Amino acid sequence: MSDDTTCLFLGLVAVLSVASLVAAILSWRSPKPLPSTLDNLNARIKAWWIMVTGISVAFVFGKGGVILLFAFVSFAALREYVTLTNTRRADRWTLLGMFLIVIPVQYYLIWIDWYGLYSIFIPVYCFLAMPALTALRGDTSRFLERVSEQQWGIMLSVYCLSHVPALVTLPIPGNEGRGLLLIAFLIATVQGSDVLQYIFGKLFGRHKVAPAISPSKTWEGLIGGIASASLMGAGLYWLTPFSPLEAGVLAALACIMGFFGGLVASAIKRDRGVKDWGHMIEGHGGMLDRADSLVFAAPVFFHIVRYAWT
Amino acid sequence: MSGASLLQKASAAVLAVLARAVTGVRPIWAGTSPNGPLRIYFANHASHGDFILVCTCLHLAERGRTAAVAGADYWNAGPVRRFIAGRLLRTVLVERNWVERRVDPMEVMLAALDAGESLIFFPEGTRNMTEEPLLRFRSGLYNLAAARPEVELVPCWIENMSRVLPKGAFLPIPLLCRVVFGAPLKLENGEDRKVFLDRARVALLALAPRKDGTPQ
Repeated sequence: MSDDTTCLFLGLVAVLSVASLVAAILSWRSPKPLPSTLDNLNARIKAWWIMVTGISVAFVFGKGGVILLFAFVSFAALREYVTLTNTRRADRWTLLGMFLIVIPVQYYLIWIDWYGLYSIFIPVYCFLAMPALTALRGDTSRFLERVSEQQWGIMLSVYCLSHVPALVTLPIPGNEGRGLLLIAFLIATVQGSDVLQYIFGKLFGRHKVAPAISPSKTWEGLIGGIASASLMGAGLYWLTPFSPLEAGVLAALACIMGFFGGLVASAIKRDRGVKDWGHMIEGHGGMLDRADSLVFAAPVFFHIVRYAWT
Repeated sequence: MSGASLLQKASAAVLAVLARAVTGVRPIWAGTSPNGPLRIYFANHASHGDFILVCTCLHLAERGRTAAVAGADYWNAGPVRRFIAGRLLRTVLVERNWVERRVDPMEVMLAALDAGESLIFFPEGTRNMTEEPLLRFRSGLYNLAAARPEVELVPCWIENMSRVLPKGAFLPIPLLCRVVFGAPLKLENGEDRKVFLDRARVALLALAPRKDGTPQ
């Protein structure tokens, strides 16, 4: 592992340690039993330790580790998504195919670095094959609704998310062997933006961005979170082939996309009458509750970097 | 009947790992705790995975003394099914066919309870293949409650398993499942059979999530 990787890792451990310390002091001074906000904060920080450990272990195994990690994230996200959709018996083979064929094939194509196919495998081939398979089964009840829900699920949970590990395959001149750090940059800024939006929102949040969709998204949280996360992105330029200014602009873009990802995910949850996607990550909800911003940020970030730097 | 064999303990552990990997199953204890006296867990039934899900949600000690009541006519048909039901899993097999049966199902189940086994029981008597959330209850639950009034009857609503592994399917679709354990029921003094069965059915249905998917 390079010095930069070590720096990043130690930095993360330092940030989490400070967060744990602050939360411990707050919990110690707060009246018992702990208010639910503080309880949730403690759970969230604990989950962050586990997630950072998981991502670090994947990074130790390099490209293969990160691809496997995100194949698993896709699996968990798709499972949460499909649970909330209307499925009928006739959808069985399509659904099984999504889990057993589409996820492994998409991530294998990234492993062998076949850009020409992994960028169209789902939006072209699966897009056409899945409704064909469903139609062959003959059940037309709510056909369009079922087919659309499947398309959305596979695009969000598999196609979009797979662009995170795909970053490692980008042949950026002068960045050879540092693809993993680009992934670390994207994850750190987007997730950092989520955390900072949460903190700014809790501290200063007054005016809701979309009261019909999410009570917790405020303009104060949004602007404060994205501005500070972009600054943090600029400060992390040494992980990337970008200049500090470029890093800041790309970070801002990723964070704005991330915000929209969270907003869309909230709209889907509101439509289905649930608060969280699942219960996989203590304090956060499901995998999609944590990955929704990455879903929207990753493909856009990937294609801008691919267009401008390769 | 004695405790679980080594093979049964091992296969229960393997199945629990598999069930968690596919369904991420989580128990919701709404009205009772995981530890209690001898129990009959009565649940909705639409999939072979149902009792595996209930077992997976139980604590290890309780899992070790819990057996599922299953139809002998189905599970004794063919050597593979016989091996699964008889050796691999902890089951209490009862003969459902009135005409041909040689052993009274009540005797078999009461013997298991008397040997200190908790039971997983599907009061609908068969897997529900209709659009209805729950079929009419057969008399078995009432007979058990009347014969062993000290045993707790715990309603368990199994969510989504029928979508994961419907009847006739071999490969499960990964979907999130939950098992909601409700407050235990007891047969009131002199309570009529039909009244009791209706009450038990309503108690189980009350644990189901509402139509729009939100839990209660």
